Amino acid sequence: MYNKNLVIAGIVIFVILAAFPFWFNVVKSAPAPEVVLTEKAKAAKECVRSKEYMTTDHMVLLDTWRDSVLRDAKRTYVNPKGVEFNMSLSNTCLDCHSNKVEFCDRCHDYASVSPYCWDCHIDNPQGGTE
Amino acid sequence: MKSSRRNFLKIAGITALGIGVRPTIDTIAAVGGHGPTEPEPIFKQNEKALTAKQWAMVVDTRKIKSEKDVAPLYEACHKIHNVPDMPNKRHEIKWIWPEQFHHAFPDLHSEFLSEKIHHTIFPVLCNHCENPPCVRVCPTKATFKRESDGVVVMDYHRCIGCRFCLAACPYGARSFNFFDPREYIKEINLKFARRTKGVVEKCNFCEERLSEGIEPACVEASNGILTFGDLYDPNSEVRKLIAENFTIRRKIHLGTSPAVYYIV
Repeated sequence: MYNKNLVIAGIVIFVILAAFPFWFNVVKSAPAPEVVLTEKAKAAKECVRSKEYMTTDHMVLLDTWRDSVLRDAKRTYVNPKGVEFNMSLSNTCLDCHSNKVEFCDRCHDYASVSPYCWDCHIDNPQGGTE
Repeated sequence: MKSSRRNFLKIAGITALGIGVRPTIDTIAAVGGHGPTEPEPIFKQNEKALTAKQWAMVVDTRKIKSEKDVAPLYEACHKIHNVPDMPNKRHEIKWIWPEQFHHAFPDLHSEFLSEKIHHTIFPVLCNHCENPPCVRVCPTKATFKRESDGVVVMDYHRCIGCRFCLAACPYGARSFNFFDPREYIKEINLKFARRTKGVVEKCNFCEERLSEGIEPACVEASNGILTFGDLYDPNSEVRKLIAENFTIRRKIHLGTSPAVYYIV
């Protein structure tokens, strides 16, 4: 075999580079963000749905809400517990979670997703501070 | 068939495989399905919402004496819906606006028009046609005629800004956001969303107010000039007005069947 040492060294370097994201994260991974609840949200205890559901599926919920409100004119949401809510991002969600920067943005920044909801929906009550 | 040692081993092997795979299938089935205990959420209409087969509006232009009478309509509408005030007329966004007779009714215009009609200001808005051409041309179904109440609504989430609807609407009732409107909204209404650059927008017959059981903002501010009601309810106020007075509609020869009627 020719250039055995060079080939092996090359493979080792390649493996190290390819695995860079993995070991880099082991050394220094960003801690999961802490979301801050407003007093109003704390007092309410439970969101529209359970905390687990909201954490994983809030985007699905908002998507079904927007279709229901705009396309079917159905604006009242009755959750599995039988509690009624007005389906509105600005008036219901952001009324409780009025601290968008500490509640929404922290996770969205961490997960590197930038939803464009706030291009139109106003982060009540801050009033358009994107 | 005579059972051989070879066949027995084959069957035994397949059986063992089946037993081994069963728990995995069960797990997948459990993940795929939702919990059996939790009931499904319900989406329903607001209890106090106003309902109709086809919402319509009657504009009594006899009551319009000067511009002052109609100015509150535009203000009320544009303020409540965060309609931006664009400095350049070519980028103007309008939901309800004043028009002269020969612009609003070009097919009815005559050369020697009565002086009174000539000077009357006609507030015009989206006609929420019964046969809307804008809906037919929309490639994404962002604009659609709502089956439940006949309002021609826009879903800004779906609008791709192709502006086919602008070309199709014979009333110029649609505006396009060439720029981000947020800088041009004087006083922001926190309860209503604004629009974004690259979407078309128009009057929505205040469907958000109807769902709360109140009449459109322009009707409320009109001091009796505008009347709102169900076109297909013989007892509604609009039907009474249409039955008692001579009304005209904009460009009816096009077959769009506008739902805004003008008493002249």
